[in-house]
Amino acid sequence: MRHLLSASDLDLSQAVLILDTAAQMAATQAREIKKLPTLRGRTVVNLFFEDSTRTRISFETAAKRLSADVINFSAKGSSVSKGESLKDTALTLQAMGADAVVIRHQSSGAPHTLARAGWTDGAVVNAGDGMHQHPTQALLDAYTLRRHLVGDRGRADATGRDLAGVHVAIVGDVLHSRVARSNVQLLRTLGARVTLVAPPTLVPVGVDAWPAEVSYDLDDVLTTGPDAVMMLRVQRERMSSAGGGFFPSPLEYTRGYGLDARRLAMLPDHAVVLHPGPMNRGLEISADAADSPRAVIVEQVANGVAVRMAVLYLLLAGGEQAGRTTEGRADARTDETRVHA
Amino acid sequence: MTTYLLTGARLLGGDPTDVLVADGVVAALGARARDGGGQVVDADGLVLLPGLVDLHTHLREPGREDAETVESGTRAAALGGFTAVHAMANTTPAQDTAGVVEQVWRLGRDAGWCDVHPVGAVTVGLAGERLAELTAMARSAARVRVFSDDGKCVDDPVVMRRALEYVKAFDGVVAQHAQEPRLTQGAQMHEGVVSAELGLTGWPAVAEEAIVARDVLLAEHVGSRLHVLHVSTAGSVEIVRWAKARGIDVTAEVTPHHLMLTDELVRGYDPRYKVNPPLRTAADVEALREGLADGTIDTVGTDHAPHPREDKDCEWAAAAFGMTGLETALSVVQAVMVDTGRSTWADVARVMSGAPARIGRLTGQGRPIAVGEPANLTLVDPSARRVVVPEQQATASVNSPFAGSELPGRVVATFLRGRATVLDGALVEQGVHA
Repeated sequence: MRHLLSASDLDLSQAVLILDTAAQMAATQAREIKKLPTLRGRTVVNLFFEDSTRTRISFETAAKRLSADVINFSAKGSSVSKGESLKDTALTLQAMGADAVVIRHQSSGAPHTLARAGWTDGAVVNAGDGMHQHPTQALLDAYTLRRHLVGDRGRADATGRDLAGVHVAIVGDVLHSRVARSNVQLLRTLGARVTLVAPPTLVPVGVDAWPAEVSYDLDDVLTTGPDAVMMLRVQRERMSSAGGGFFPSPLEYTRGYGLDARRLAMLPDHAVVLHPGPMNRGLEISADAADSPRAVIVEQVANGVAVRMAVLYLLLAGGEQAGRTTEGRADARTDETRVHA
Repeated sequence: MTTYLLTGARLLGGDPTDVLVADGVVAALGARARDGGGQVVDADGLVLLPGLVDLHTHLREPGREDAETVESGTRAAALGGFTAVHAMANTTPAQDTAGVVEQVWRLGRDAGWCDVHPVGAVTVGLAGERLAELTAMARSAARVRVFSDDGKCVDDPVVMRRALEYVKAFDGVVAQHAQEPRLTQGAQMHEGVVSAELGLTGWPAVAEEAIVARDVLLAEHVGSRLHVLHVSTAGSVEIVRWAKARGIDVTAEVTPHHLMLTDELVRGYDPRYKVNPPLRTAADVEALREGLADGTIDTVGTDHAPHPREDKDCEWAAAAFGMTGLETALSVVQAVMVDTGRSTWADVARVMSGAPARIGRLTGQGRPIAVGEPANLTLVDPSARRVVVPEQQATASVNSPFAGSELPGRVVATFLRGRATVLDGALVEQGVHA
């Protein structure tokens, strides 16, 4: 694995390896001295073009626990806000010797461009690009699901296991969500079944090609007894995109798609509630649901550090064991689609 | 002026014939051509077409000379086999006054590589609000007949109606960039399976089709002619087919890239494939080829849209829309239409020369190859194959979607009113400014 750009880069064995490695990392985090010497002397750059304190801190913590040097490069207050291009920023970081670039960007595909354009030799980790992908979020969600739902519901060792047979409902703004896109792909790779639940305006045209079922009715889906419900954040900043007007009012959205005490009670006893954060309490999730014992939302944050440690470790110190890069694939596709006949 | 004897040229792909080019016209055909002497151009196995006419280029001058100039763009045109090109109005300043269109027209005349016909803006500053002084542009030295806000849609139905009506006074035509703006706010690529996966805001087919449908009905209502630029969807082809069957005076264009490439190419987020209207699906490509073959689509226009390197050397969302096309258009049409048996070379002459000349009301272009006709001619070697290397092209920009692809066909010679602008596949520099 050379870069981690998309959840679709990972096959089953690679995904399970990351989850298993994350479990090992998590075990070290219970020790008094949490820091490992693994990435000493390596430099990890957090290149954030979009505000995201949570994800940046998570990656920063992960890199520091592995003893890497961390440089935080935020678009705000830097040359980026003076109009410097992604290319020049990347060349600058390359000149400074970045071993890994963790990039968050508002444009879908920016991490691909960074990885493929030859601007940097470092490993590129996608920390969220536009409406496209957020692969480490999907990995930490999968890790959390595995901990709770696999291996005698968390009582036995889940090492080496996937998520076969697990049913996950992903609820909310699927259209704009990189979390949903990453999760649909990774959960499918891990053998889980996914149902997307959203108002029709927040489901992308073309969703029929996704390996997921689609429902417009949350209550209906809850009665089928999903093992997990993943609530997506209503991204207020995206609600005016592409003409806006995706739903009539926040109140109507909450009535249809919010997770409240009544809906929480419909879930099977073993089911867990996830949310990538930050939450809009009272909009997509009520306080009853967010603070209930079934909510594993705070645990997701802790698991995020372990998963990101695993990803950085495998990319920078894991050699070939995590498998090949997917770079060849896009090129092959390019040739196929350039039909002459 | 040099006299040329083209020996063994296949006129519109037919049987080999000798052609004498003298005094700016086709002076003789067949056995009689040999009597005139002249410089021999071995055209054995080559196809002779009327000089190509492009209703749709962006030559970028004035304003964006870093991307293209009239000089560099018309060099590219000549190498591509064109003897006349229309230059779209989205320059800086916009071609919305007689002064600016005359400037562009003169730049073309001075460059001398092919005829340059500026397109007049429909509305002031291409803002879509009030009509530009269309009559002034029509009566200027540039004699503008094609009007377009290309790059932007004339979306206000009243403005569009007025424009369609108004240009009747001088037999003009409104060329519409069909894109409903509200439905395409922030749009980055074709809306469908690929956009859903890539997380790029979609440009739905209906945003084009809704405007095409509205405009053919408007054209019918006011009895005007309408030209639809860069038709890109199967639905638009259907609407134009319906309109023509109904007797509406509509013509339509397709670009080479929409005839060959699909939205699958966007998967690598390579901004070379970012274009407006966007690359569509394989089903759309098939419908466009069919429409071009059956005459529903009248012309191939390149929508040659050069951009400086920095506007493509970036992430997808920051990149400019557009692709170069003048030096690859004929090869693409050969690949997808001729080599597949869908069209003949006579059809190519129709869609790349005759029809666009007629729509633009050009005289002396797009004419049959016959004795006494102006010698605007293009000689093509259909058996050649070449790999596209943008850095070696004459256009000042390198944003070709065909970079690295092997395409069939090569323009061997281009004649503009009897003068060779291209010989042996290279520009003829000497005497150009004479």
